[in-house]
Amino acid sequence: MSTMAEYDDHMPEDHIPDRSKMRVSDEVAIQINDMNKWYGTFHVLRDINLTVYRGERIVICGPSGSGKSTLIRCINRLEEHQQGKIVVDGTELTSDLKNIDKIRSEVGMCFQHFNLFPHLTILENCTLAPIWVRKTPKKEADETAMHFLRKVKIPEQANKYPGQLSGGQQQRVAIARSLCMKPRIMLFDEPTSALDPEMIKEVLDTMIELAEEGMTMICVTHEMGFARQVANRVIFMDQGQIVEQNEPEKFFMDPQNDRTKLFLSQILGH
Amino acid sequence: MSGTHAHTVAYVRESMLPEQAPPATEVGIIGWGKANLFSGWFNSIVTILSLAAIYLILAAILPWIFSPTWNATSLNECREILAGLGREGEHGVSGACWGVIRDRWLQLMFGFYPPYPITPDVNIGEAPVGSGVWPAYFRPILTFVLLIVALAPVLFEHPPRKLLYFTAIYPFLMPWLLWGGTIWSPLSVLAGFVIAFLVFRFVSTSYSSLLGIILAVVAALVWWMVLSGYVVDALDSILPVGIASVDSRSFGGFMLSITIGVVAIGCSLPIGIVLALGRQSDLLIVKALCVGFIEFIRGVPLITLLFVASVLLNIFLPPGTNFDIILRVIIMVTLFASAYMAEVIRGGLAALPKGQYEAADALGLDYWKSQQLVIMPQALKISIPGIVSTFIGVFKDTTLVSIIGLLDPLGLSNAIRADAAWNGIVWEIYGFIALLFFVFCFSMSRYSMYLERRLQTDHR
Repeated sequence: MSTMAEYDDHMPEDHIPDRSKMRVSDEVAIQINDMNKWYGTFHVLRDINLTVYRGERIVICGPSGSGKSTLIRCINRLEEHQQGKIVVDGTELTSDLKNIDKIRSEVGMCFQHFNLFPHLTILENCTLAPIWVRKTPKKEADETAMHFLRKVKIPEQANKYPGQLSGGQQQRVAIARSLCMKPRIMLFDEPTSALDPEMIKEVLDTMIELAEEGMTMICVTHEMGFARQVANRVIFMDQGQIVEQNEPEKFFMDPQNDRTKLFLSQILGH
Repeated sequence: MSGTHAHTVAYVRESMLPEQAPPATEVGIIGWGKANLFSGWFNSIVTILSLAAIYLILAAILPWIFSPTWNATSLNECREILAGLGREGEHGVSGACWGVIRDRWLQLMFGFYPPYPITPDVNIGEAPVGSGVWPAYFRPILTFVLLIVALAPVLFEHPPRKLLYFTAIYPFLMPWLLWGGTIWSPLSVLAGFVIAFLVFRFVSTSYSSLLGIILAVVAALVWWMVLSGYVVDALDSILPVGIASVDSRSFGGFMLSITIGVVAIGCSLPIGIVLALGRQSDLLIVKALCVGFIEFIRGVPLITLLFVASVLLNIFLPPGTNFDIILRVIIMVTLFASAYMAEVIRGGLAALPKGQYEAADALGLDYWKSQQLVIMPQALKISIPGIVSTFIGVFKDTTLVSIIGLLDPLGLSNAIRADAAWNGIVWEIYGFIALLFFVFCFSMSRYSMYLERRLQTDHR
């Protein structure tokens, strides 16, 4: 099998993630039991069972159409599951709108296409939800937003509009916007897939920092370098099922399932 | 030597070139003319031909417009003035007869609205004793000036935000100033909204927000239709405060057009938003109602609705009900405009990427908050050209009320031409009415372009 370094194409060389800071506790953050989902008659997620502990960094990978995005979108109910049980932070996801809004305000999400609000400035993007959902006073929300914008290293852009920023900057704003709600779990849905190689690094850097602070993260991504260095668990999905999951070292060096082997060889083949 | 470069591929620039000014023939008036008027021999010929055509048209029209007939009191007098100037041609005199505008100016503006409705017994004609301090037509003029004050904070950024409180009061103030009557009527209408709000607050916090909306609407309707009449009568007998009332039949001219147009425009936007959202709703009954309403109204000509308002409605209402004709017309025009508005706004909603809804959801914003803060600001911005087109269409459609006998400027023009003094005048009146409508519609159009520029934040 190939060497691990081959996976690291976009990883920042000057910043080796410090795994000693990333601690996993015994507390369950997300519990998914026997979850099934259909789009019409198409069985898109089949018998998903997954337990995520607080502080875990999970990377989900797999070919397109394997249901990985759908899976994490079920966790904050952007998609509705039809069977099984999802419990997030002790609250079960049902059709009860109050529960859904509660979970959504505790779970941050970053999208492939950032989905910033183009009619609001960067700062307003970041303060919108804290002010209107958490009822934070505007001044305090502004301070929190500036804190997180400094953290993602773009405080000077606070009064610009999203259209004036590069893709990488927009994705970092999107991360800051989610962090302003002080989420306990972060979901990333292919956060770097729409970015130029130059900008992927800056976004990954931000995500690594987040991991070092102990954030519970679930990332759908094709950045295998990130998976190797940051994740404590890699999940491989195919045809709506979890095919294999393991620690990154073992997952990459010694995949068991044939489908996984094929996928990894194709990722490295290009 | 020269061959060296041709065969060498490697090249390194040693100094970067500074920026230089463009040649003088490419900028300024010369550059503009060259690019837009004389960019080739064909375009140069077209430019010269166009200039010649413009000259010929103006040479024919301007002498007609500049005609010293402002003080004439009848069409015959106009003809005499023009004949005295020697402006006789093959088809009689040539020149406009502007005396009709001077003579009927106030009528075209205010219809038969009484100039001095100060006290209940003196309504029409000369200024009553003791009312000399009030200028003629001060009520409609004041209403119009206050309209501008109320609109200013909505339309522009600079006016102080506190003016918005006045904007909120204005819809209740305007009908009272125009129609007069007891002060308790507008207050009771306002009370209906307060009641609806309180019912909504109470029900939506303890039950569900949908039930809250339904009950709030029901409560408000019960108040307006059943209870408020008695309450107003009672309050008026205890404390009669009010101004002279003016009958709807004496409304007319541009005042009528503006009244109907402004109310229809102001109400159709919020109703259109609600209908557009209802049409996208997951709730089957809400969706069916909205689709049915929109398709029905859009499938029926406005004239039909106006006839229903003026003739049929009285048959269905209980005998003795006095349902004001202008109010009926306003309701119909508003409903008509709302249906079109709903479709325009639906277009804006459809143009928004799904990611915007998802991002708002993922941040924990509920349906109404995400509509208010994320979706509508963007959807409305996209729809501005369509919305303003609808506004302009509604304003021009107000002239249709002349068909059901209301005296808007077009209705008045027929009355003026029926007058023996002005019989035979066509171009002057219609030209004047067209000019006034153009001023309003063109302003709206320019405003929409200003608004689009102001709201442009995508920097594409």
